[in-house]
Amino acid sequence: MRGSSLLTLLMLMPAPVVHADDRAALVRLVRQDCGSCHGMTLKGGLGTPLTPQALREKPVESMAATILYGRAGTPMPAWKSMLSEADAEWIAGRLQEGFPEESR
Amino acid sequence: MLTRLIGFILLLLSGCAQLPLRGTGDLGLVIERAAGRVAIVESSSNRILGRVDGLGDLSHASVVFSRDGRYAYVFGRDGGLSKIDLLRQRIERRIMQAGNSIGGAISQDGRLIVAQNYEPGGIKAFDAETLELVADVPATWGSAGQRSKVVGLADLPGQRFAYALFDAGEIRITDLSNPQQPTTQIFAAGRQPYDGLVTPDGRYYLAGLFGEDGVALLDLWQTEQGSRKILADYGRGSERLPVFKMPHLRGWAVAGRNAYLPAVGRHEVLVVDTATWQEVARIPVKGQPVFVIARPDGRQVWVNFAVPDNGWVQVIDTLSSRVATTLQPGKAVLHMEFTPRGEAVWLSARDDNKVSVFDTRNLSRTATLDAEAPSGIFFTARAARIGF
Repeated sequence: MRGSSLLTLLMLMPAPVVHADDRAALVRLVRQDCGSCHGMTLKGGLGTPLTPQALREKPVESMAATILYGRAGTPMPAWKSMLSEADAEWIAGRLQEGFPEESR
Repeated sequence: MLTRLIGFILLLLSGCAQLPLRGTGDLGLVIERAAGRVAIVESSSNRILGRVDGLGDLSHASVVFSRDGRYAYVFGRDGGLSKIDLLRQRIERRIMQAGNSIGGAISQDGRLIVAQNYEPGGIKAFDAETLELVADVPATWGSAGQRSKVVGLADLPGQRFAYALFDAGEIRITDLSNPQQPTTQIFAAGRQPYDGLVTPDGRYYLAGLFGEDGVALLDLWQTEQGSRKILADYGRGSERLPVFKMPHLRGWAVAGRNAYLPAVGRHEVLVVDTATWQEVARIPVKGQPVFVIARPDGRQVWVNFAVPDNGWVQVIDTLSSRVATTLQPGKAVLHMEFTPRGEAVWLSARDDNKVSVFDTRNLSRTATLDAEAPSGIFFTARAARIGF
């Protein structure tokens, strides 16, 4: 149910093109690996909170740039070796609206 | 009235007697982090005895044990602190002690449980019996009085605790021998300490630095000498790789006279002589080390890695200072824990939903246990070790 409503939501999104299989992998990556620092619930840890409240004012493009290129002076690494621009934009957009849970 | 009360007490006692007598020296916990649950495990027969849930957000959960090995104190990311009875397999007490927490420690005498917190930044001490707050020590720094995230908390002899302040670049030692009046010493450490450890003898505290190459070292027997930097500039001349997961430090890094430390941002384990604190070797490894853990006898050091290399585990031969074996124990290997004397190591493979047990002599898998997205593994033998 959750999966199908999520899918509908995703299909309504214009760009970026991220395939369904990849989406599940991206959700897992964000929850688990970004979660190492930002917390699995994304409420923050050593990294800043990635909740919709915290990110509301941030432009998606600048968030995507942070994901791809990291942020100097902080532990935030550049993920460009693992993520494409479309991946990063998709993640940034979803973070802003409340990131999906992993399907278990 | 009195007889009814006595009858009730007798009933309670008979209820207790139904619990089979057993020790806890071969018990432990496996964190099933996404489920907010722990599995109680037994390493003599490699099995799961039961599960306890309702523990909240267990991302980056860590555990310390009461000195009698009966109770586990689980620190959750959401600030939850839960005291679990390993024998009755239930939560004994549970409190929310902070907004965002990263772990904890137990005092030398076993009476205080201390949590290290990101939000609000600082440490808090609790009565190990009741989990009542007994001391609150904010990690306040700078002229504006801001609070720093706390990392690397370790118990020290003398009811003291060492920890590092990520934002302030400091090591602090708080003496809780009188919890009503904690006293704190402050030492400059370096840029962005990310974790810390106390050597197994309780003498040295090391804080790994993220914001610069090197490790801050404090001789706890001679704190008046202040902290100094070792392994400085180990990355000189080469570009640092992006760090996809913070390495973890603990007393398990020491094998014989050497300490084996993860090189931040490079595919190397650094070996330092604990008598001189000079670098003696650099061991190239498969990826960015996260846990670098010596087998209790120090003959092997096992290493796991950050994404995208977290399906690998390497075993370093400490005699030759080289990787002897490379294993693929499962998908997303998050943690490793040796049995007390090291004949076996347990590894959690998050994305396989499995915990594997390996024989450390022939490096073969001897058992596999089902667990949901397992992360940390903690055995009760930690109860008897300084720094755990």
